[in-house]
This record gives sequence, C-alpha cells and structure tokens, in this order.
Amino acid sequence: MSQLHVHPDGSEDHGHPEHLGHHWNDSVQQFEAGKLGMWLFLATEVLLFGGLFCAYAVWRANHPEIFKYGSQFLSTTWGAINTGVLLTSSLTMAMAVTYAARGRMTAVVVCLLLTLMGAAGFMAIKYVEYSHKFHEGFYPGMSFYEEPHASELWLPLEETAAVVKAATLAGEEAGSVALAAEMKTRAELPTEPAEAQGWNKPAAGIGPAGLTTDQQNIDMAEMSVFLPPSVLGNLEDLDAELAYAEHHAADEPVVLPHPLQDPDRPVNAQKFFTIYFLMTGLHGIHVIGGAVVITWLLILTLRRRFGAKYYTPIDLGGLYWHIVDVIWIFLFPLFYLI
Amino acid sequence: MSSHEHEHGAVGHIVPIKLLVITCIALLILTAVTVWVAKLDFEDLRMGEMNILVAMGVAVVKCTIVALIFMHLRWDRSFIGFVFIGSILFVGLFIGLALLDTKEYQPTMVPGNSPQVQLKLDALHAAQAAGETKHGPTEH
Repeated sequence: MSQLHVHPDGSEDHGHPEHLGHHWNDSVQQFEAGKLGMWLFLATEVLLFGGLFCAYAVWRANHPEIFKYGSQFLSTTWGAINTGVLLTSSLTMAMAVTYAARGRMTAVVVCLLLTLMGAAGFMAIKYVEYSHKFHEGFYPGMSFYEEPHASELWLPLEETAAVVKAATLAGEEAGSVALAAEMKTRAELPTEPAEAQGWNKPAAGIGPAGLTTDQQNIDMAEMSVFLPPSVLGNLEDLDAELAYAEHHAADEPVVLPHPLQDPDRPVNAQKFFTIYFLMTGLHGIHVIGGAVVITWLLILTLRRRFGAKYYTPIDLGGLYWHIVDVIWIFLFPLFYLI
Repeated sequence: MSSHEHEHGAVGHIVPIKLLVITCIALLILTAVTVWVAKLDFEDLRMGEMNILVAMGVAVVKCTIVALIFMHLRWDRSFIGFVFIGSILFVGLFIGLALLDTKEYQPTMVPGNSPQVQLKLDALHAAQAAGETKHGPTEH
C-alpha cells in the first residue's frame, strides 16, 4: 500500500520514518486519517456559519427592502477585488500543496508567502471598508435606529384612523391646507378585517390616549418637507410628481443620503449592518486564523520539516484556507450584489 | 511523475499546476459574471427575484469547483465527500425549516417601511403608473 520512493536526501525509506506516528501503519494511513479529521472540522465550520446564514435568510425573507437599501452603502468594487484576492490566494495555496508533494520546497515557500500576502491584502481592504463604515456611523446593533411612533406601528388601523381624524381637524384649525389633505389621505386608508388585527392590540394604558394631537402635528409638519406633492394633496399634478421622482432617481446613484437624514430609509435599516458585520467579521477572524496557520507552515517549511513524503500540515492548512474562500464566495453576492 | 491524471506523490494524487491555474481563471470569470448580472438586474427592479437566484447559482458552482479541485475532493475517498455534503445538507435543512416557519408568521409582520414612507411610496407608484399611461413608458 505504501508508495514511498527514495527521497532526494536518501533517508527514511525503510523502517519507521521520523514523521510517522508510532500508532500508524504507514504514511498514507496517517495522511488519510489527518485529512478526514480536517474535513470533520470543516463540517463544523460549515455548521457554524450555517447559523448566521439562517439568520440572514430569515431576516431577508421578512424584510427584503432592508437588504436592498443597506447594500447600496457597500462598495461592489472593493468586494469584487477582495473576491479576486481571496481566489488568487486559494490558487497559490493549492500550488503550494502540489509543489510540496513534488518536493520543491523553495517553490512552496514562495507560494506560502504569496498566500500570506493575499490574506494581508484581503484584511487591508476589509480594514479600509470597515473604517469607512465606522466613520459614517454604521455600527452593528442600534446605530441610526429611531423609535417608531407607537401610534403608527402598533395601533390597529381603525384606531389610527380616529387619531388621524382628530389631527385632521386640528390641522384645518391651524389653517394648514397641505397638512389637512395629508391627514385626509391617511384617514382614507383601508381598514383591515378585525380578525387580522388581533395580534397588535395595544396593552391597556398604552395607545391613542398617550399621543397628543400636537405631537402628531409636529411630526407631519416635519414630514411635509420630504413628502412629494401627491401626498400633500395635489394628486392631479402628475408632471410635478414625475419631476420629483426623476429628480430623486437621478440623485441616488451619485450621493446616498446618510440613513439618519433619509426619509426613505426603511424601518430597522440598521439590521443590515448588524448581520453584515457579524458575518464578515466572523469570516475576517477566520482569515486571520488562516494567516496564522500559513505563517506557522512557512516557518516549519523553512526549518525543513516538510518534504515530498510528509507535507500533511500544508495540505490540511490549505483545506482550511479554501473553506474560508468558499464562505466568502457566498458572502460576496449576499451582501454586495443585492 | 509525469502524466496529468496519474501523477502520484508519496501519499496520494498530485493536482497539476496547469489545472489549478485554469480553475482559478474560471473562478475569476464566474465572479465577473455575477457582478455583471447584478448590475444588469439593478436597473430593473422586477428582476430582483432572478438576481438572488443567479447569484446563488453561480456561488454554488464556484463552491463546487473549489471543493472538487482546490480541495482535492474529486480524487479523495467518497467518505470525505459524504462528510462535507452531509454538513451542507444539514445547513440546508436548518435554513429551509426556519424559512417555512418565517412564512407562517408573514401575515402578522409589521411592514418594513414606516406608514408615512409607505404612503409616499404608494402615491409615487400610483403617480408613475398613471404617468406611464398618460405620457408613455418612463425610464424607471
């Protein structure tokens, strides 16, 4: 079964080679067992990331608009470059394994160094991306989260309509035609059937009583700055409406308004950055782990610990590096290409 | 140690450098294809559903290529493939069941856009739809 050849340095062909553990029959058995162990570890890595992929899938299935919105703040160019860097470093790692099996250890050193450079390049680009996001105030968690108005999100529509009607009267009294028209539009919202509303009945003591019409007035007055003519009552003026839409569409690709200043921001838009930092962060930790492993392999190769007969750690370290690559292959389209 | 498919080292099959380079080039081309498709779809929001399917399809193809050639799975014992595919199947089961559950709760979800924003978007879409019949199709 053993296929040991005469090694260039002529030693260890008979008897028990130095690299072979005493509990193994031969090098092939040792190599195959190590490989299976590594693959079992990689399976647990797949399951580890699987939890985060599951969280991503559930959030995105519920709120696709959050992902569409958040992804605009990521640079597709940097993401694509990083994919290229990681794929190329995977190539040099696989080349290192091939050269190791052929006993060309100088080439192995060169390939491992190139792989290490790929890891450093990937993390450097990630550092640039992360620091830009932090500078803009995009953090995981509750950054740029604003408490939604309880009356709007948690009241059944019929009760909301009552609040709106009261506010409409207040708006007419205040002489604000636009505000009154807006309130009228809101009051004409279709009401859902009663059985569909059982879930969002407010708890006793919380509800419209806690909300003054003054509050409502201020909110609507603020909103009117951003609202298009149609909502403010001029539904007939289609040209103004189209001009508004065109203006906004033309502006979007050039400069994205910061979420805090963006009235179009979906509720809970910060969730995109939470899952983005969690998944790319865990992946980044794996890249750093891989770089440490490759450095260790480099040191051992320079100390002439490996050769054509024994290069198991290079092969297994390579497998780990490739799984890091595979996970990025999925992360890239899921975050950058929405 | 010469012919491609039969080169063996001390402990197993050796993947030729040429095949590795070709694999890497194929992976880079597939990456470019995904980016291109995503940009194509971005201009037409109705293609949004297709976008994720194409992106995931290409990612699965890339993952398979990496596993088969870079990770040597093609030449390894089938038990190793069984371990890897098994882990992926369990992740698929996990995500699939979670998504089934998510769909069950869909009718009780609070919509992602706040009521004011949704009102505005609805009005915009209505105006755009009306504009299309009045002025002919618009750019967006």
